[in-house]
Order: sequence, then structure tokens, then C-alpha cells
Amino acid sequence: MTEMTMVAALNAAFRQEMARDERVVVLGEDVGVNGGVFRVTDGLLRMFPGRVFDTPLAETCIVGAAVGMAAAGLRPVAEIQFDGFLTAAFDQLVSHAARLRNRSRGRFTCPLVVRAPFTGGIHAPEHHSESMEASYAHIPGLVVVMPSTPSEAKGLLAAAIRSPDPVLFLEPKKVYRAIKEDVREEEYAIPLGKARVVQEGTDVTVIAWGAMLVPALQAAGRSSYSCEVIDLRTVSPLDVPCILQSVEKTGRAVVVQEGPHSFGVGAEIAAQLAEKGILHLEAPVERVTAPDVPTPLAKLEGLYLPSAERVGKAIERAMAFR
Amino acid sequence: MPRAVLGTFAVEWLQVLDERGKADPGLLPPLGEREVKDLYELMAISRVFDEQCLTLQREGRLGTYAAVRGQEAAQVGSAYALQQQDWLFPSFRENAALIARHQPLEMLMAYWAGDERGQQVPASLNNFPVAIPVGTQAPHAVGAAWAFQIRKEKAAALVYFGDGATSKGDVLEAMNFAGVFKLPVVFFCQNNQWAISLPAGKQTAAQTLAQKAIAFGFPGIRVDGNDVFAVYLATHDALERARSGEGPTFIEAFTYRVEHHTTSDDSSRYRAKAEVDLWRAKDPLLRLEAWMEGKGFLDKAYRETVWAEARKRVQEAVEKMEQLPPPKPGDIFDYVFAQLPPHLQEQKASLLRELGGQGGQA
Ligand SMILES: Cc1ncc(C[n+]2csc(CCOP(=O)(O)OP(=O)(O)O)c2C)c(N)n1
Ligand SMILES: [Mg+2]
Repeated sequence: MTEMTMVAALNAAFRQEMARDERVVVLGEDVGVNGGVFRVTDGLLRMFPGRVFDTPLAETCIVGAAVGMAAAGLRPVAEIQFDGFLTAAFDQLVSHAARLRNRSRGRFTCPLVVRAPFTGGIHAPEHHSESMEASYAHIPGLVVVMPSTPSEAKGLLAAAIRSPDPVLFLEPKKVYRAIKEDVREEEYAIPLGKARVVQEGTDVTVIAWGAMLVPALQAAGRSSYSCEVIDLRTVSPLDVPCILQSVEKTGRAVVVQEGPHSFGVGAEIAAQLAEKGILHLEAPVERVTAPDVPTPLAKLEGLYLPSAERVGKAIERAMAFR
Repeated sequence: MPRAVLGTFAVEWLQVLDERGKADPGLLPPLGEREVKDLYELMAISRVFDEQCLTLQREGRLGTYAAVRGQEAAQVGSAYALQQQDWLFPSFRENAALIARHQPLEMLMAYWAGDERGQQVPASLNNFPVAIPVGTQAPHAVGAAWAFQIRKEKAAALVYFGDGATSKGDVLEAMNFAGVFKLPVVFFCQNNQWAISLPAGKQTAAQTLAQKAIAFGFPGIRVDGNDVFAVYLATHDALERARSGEGPTFIEAFTYRVEHHTTSDDSSRYRAKAEVDLWRAKDPLLRLEAWMEGKGFLDKAYRETVWAEARKRVQEAVEKMEQLPPPKPGDIFDYVFAQLPPHLQEQKASLLRELGGQGGQA
């Protein structure tokens, strides 16, 4: 075990996966010489010459080229420098990466990873703090992963790189250097599509992913109720059985989502619970989310991000419902 | 004849002031002493503003900041050629251009301090908000220019972007529209030779950026971006061409990003200090000063007044920015739509209720 930040853990996953599989290549803006603006790809160019590429500034072509590379037998890992610039590659993700297998009836496949620093909380400039995971989760054929801690990030990135399908890997930039954790040195992959129960409890289920696991755990820790905390790990495909199993036990659910309230991942979770778990629910599903407004700049960002206090109040409301 | 040359193309280079501040008299733009002094004063205040912002950022009073240093001639020289009715479309590094276009200094600072009110551009100024997603402003400039053309207005759009942006589809698509519809737009590309860590030579295999215009059917020119007269001349002529219906122009202002990309960047990881020092010495302010001295436009008293005045105005701006009352929490809702829809009314009320006493006024 070594104590690591999420940045270091992701870097370690890269080193292992690139050593393990020579089809893995890395491309993106400033990922080579500079090691990525957050240093996730630091040192890879030196270790793996000819497999790490500083590209021109063009998100559409970075992702579009990754589609072609993947179809032609490589395992490209593309970096989009910030969440807000991923939208420039939306067409390639939606129209091609996510449906290549289906539209060619399996003749061509798209085993690529697109990584991007995601979500807010670091007082960044405009378009650097977006939480649009629901928009991507809505695309059939795309796997959407959001790790929450360093050791999770390492295992999930390894799994993403090994995945036969396109994976959008969204890294909570607030967590990048904020949390240090013991991370296993050896290679390991955490299965995609499986959530994890971080903390067991019997009164209420608190569901979070990415950076929101922090306020979720804080609120659970401070609560007088027995909270079961679930980390989704993979936003899509959603691990519905894990959520259902927990809510069958607790009867109450609180979803903590950093993105806007409406049409979010929380809405999907609430719908799944209504469809498959209605008889177990003892209270309406509580959603702690941002309001339906564009991500504010630094001075008002605090109003936008769900806090442990707001999660705590939602737990109280869920428990008070009779 | 099965093989023939269908066209040959040349790319023009324009420099009026050489590196020591000697002018080519045949090329000097028709600017009087007062106008040259305007350019100098605007470059000076931009320099002081830039240095102040870097200091404020280090002290935690400003967020991430993208410095202008070294690009003052490119930005001031071009924006100074605009007329009141023209529109300016900036990227994120255009503080000097915006200063030359009368954007209040405290608003520029407020935006970089994380306050949306910094983008509430006064109604009298046709300056578009800063575009952070690289190159995305180019189609907007094309659209505005199209509107001028449709309404038969004698106005032009001037859009700023960097060498990196020339790799974006947005910019190339915008150039194509501009050529096809012969729009009154000027593409002003500051080739500061770096896009974060990527040198311009790895951004494109083309010898110049100016030549990209040729492919879209309109003129492109490379000018010395550290020469305020060359920049002014080229932009002035391009804007005139645009306003008189002759179509778009692409100007590549060849300059250098002397500072780190932004305050979050460490450029020592990817470029040599010697290169930076070389360009730091090619300071566009020094070049203009040398020429002004030769003309007798720059005595000691005038120079001292200019810099003292610049420092005073920037200091006042810092105070104004820091004395702004904090933005209202309700602001995050009030500008999303023309009218607050019911679900947002509910979300706003609930947020204000939650805030209760602590700054909860709408
Ligand atoms: C679409 C998009 N991709 C990536 C970024 C991150 N980014 C900000 S500035 C920059 C480099 C821009 O280079 P250039 O166009 O030369 O402008 P300069 O910074 O040199 O002024 C990058 C990659 C961004 N803001 N927008
Ligand atoms: Mg540049």
C-alpha cells in the first residue's frame, strides 16, 4: 500500500495498463510534455515514447480520432482538458463512439476511454466546473464512470481501459488532491456497472457518486440515524439491484447529485425505485442537488454545490416522513 | 495540357517599426501625436492592470488569470482601430483590447474574481462577453457581421483568438462562412507561439497561420504583433474593407506569450527560459517608446504622468471591485430565462429560505 492522491493513483493505473497492453495510447491537449494540466499523465511520454501524443487544440478530432484508433485495433485514452470542453466532442460521442458496435452489428467496436476532469468546487473559471454526467448517461452505448477516491480511481481506470466498450471517465477535480488514501501497488480492476456499499446502515440509504461521496459520508457520519451509503462508481449502466437491495432494507432514500436538479441521475434513481421498489418505500425519494441554473462563478458557487448540511437536512426529512 | 498550375499564393508580412523602434516612413499610419499618445497610454495602463491582476491572484483576491504581457501592441493597436458601431468578440486573454475599448477596469477584474457582474458590459459598448471555450466566439462574430450586412449597416466585427484556436472547427467553419457570404468580419489571430504547452509549430504544419485565409478565399496577412503601428495599420485597413462590403480579412499578429499560460500554469515545464528572456526584451512598449523619443513625444514629465495615472486608475479599479457589495444569491436564478419559470421560482424561494438570515436577501 502507498498513500496517494487521486492524481497519483490515476497516473499509477496508466503506468500499469500501458506496460500491460501495448495497444494503449494516450492523446489530448498538453498530456505529453506537460503531463496534463492536472499532471495525471505526468511522465508517461518518457516511459512510453511513441504512445503519448500532444494534439492540436481540437476536441472533436481528439475524440473522433480516438474512435478511428479504437476501431483499428488500438486502445486510445483521450483526455479532454476540462468538463466544459467535452461538449465540443459530443457529436463524436453520441453519433459514433456510442453506436459503432450497434450500427455495424458488431463488425466494428470502439474500446476507447475519454477522460475529463469533472464537476466543481475549486473556484475555477467559467466552463471549468460543469456536472453534466446525466447528459452523457442518457446516451445508449456509452459507459459513464465517476470515481470517488484514489483507490477507486485506480481500479476503475484500469477497468475502463480494458473495457470492450467506450467509457467516459469523469474525474472529480475537487478530489484530485484533496484526499489521500492507501492504494494497492499491484494491478487491479474494479468491475464497471457495479456500485459499492461504503457504509452499512438500516434507516436510510444515501446514494452519491464522484465528489458528492464526501458530503454524503459527512452527513451520514453526523446523523443520529443509521445511514447506508452507496457509491455508484458507474453512473451508467446504473447498478439498480444494489440500490434496490439497500432500499428494501431501509425504505428511505436520499440521492446526492452535484448537477442541476431536473432530468438528472437522481431522477433516474427515483424512477427505478418507483418502478421496482415502490412497496418498500416509506418516504418520497429525497434529491439533494444543484438548482436548475448554469454553474455560477466562484463567488456564488457555494450556493450551487450540495453541502453536508443540506444532505443532513434531507436525511431528517426522509426520516420524518410518516 | 494535363498538368497546369492553377494558382500560386503569397503571404505578406508587415512591420512598420523595427525592433529598435526605427520606422519605415513610407508605411507609418496617419496617426497624429495625440493618437500615438493614446496608444502608448492604453498600452501602459494595460501593463499596469496586468501586473496588478497577477499580484491580486497571488494574494488570493482574484481567481485564475491569463496575462497579456507582451501582447499589448497586438491588442491595443487592433482595438484602437474600431469605431463605436463595430463589435468586438474577445477570447479570455483580451484585457488590453477590452481596456482600449473602454471596458471598465473594475468589471474586468470582477469577472476574474468570480463575479458574473463583471460581464454585464455597459449598454454603450459592443463588447461581447469573454469566451473561454477556445474559438467558440468566431461563429458569433460571423453572425453579427451577417446581421450588419443584412441590415446594410456600415459596421464590422473584430474577433480575437489565438494560434491554438486555429485548430478548432469553430474558427475554420466561421472563416468559411465569412468567405462564402463575404461578411464584414476581421479575424484577429494573436500567434503568441504557445497554446499552453504546445508550440505553434506543433499546432499546425503550415508555415504561417495567415495563409489559412487563402483557402477560404480572402486575404490573410502576418504582421509584427509587437509593432503597434503595423497592427493598427493592418486592422484599420481590414475594418475599412469590411465596412465597405469587400469582405473578411485574417490578420496573424506574430507575438509572444511572455507569462505563464495562466496563473495555474508552470511554463518552465515545457519551454526554455532563454526563449522567454529573448521575447521579454522585445517588449512592444519599449519599441514604441524608442520611436516616440525620436519624435520628441516622450519627455520625462509626460512619461511619469502616464505611468502615475495608469497606477492610480488601476488602484481605483481594485478598490471599486473590492467595494462591490457581494452578489445576491437570487442572481443565480434571475438571468437564466427572460421570466422565472415556476420550478425556478420554487427553487429560488427554497434556497433563500434555507439561507435564512445569512445574506438571504433576494
Ligand atoms: C475548447 C477548449 N479546449 C481547451 C481549453 C483549455 N485551454 C484554455 S486556453 C488553451 C490554449 C489556447 O491557446 P491559444 O488559442 O493559442 O490562446 P492563448 O492561450 O495562447 O492566448 C487551452 C487548451 C479551452 N479553454 N477551450
Ligand atoms: Mg497562443
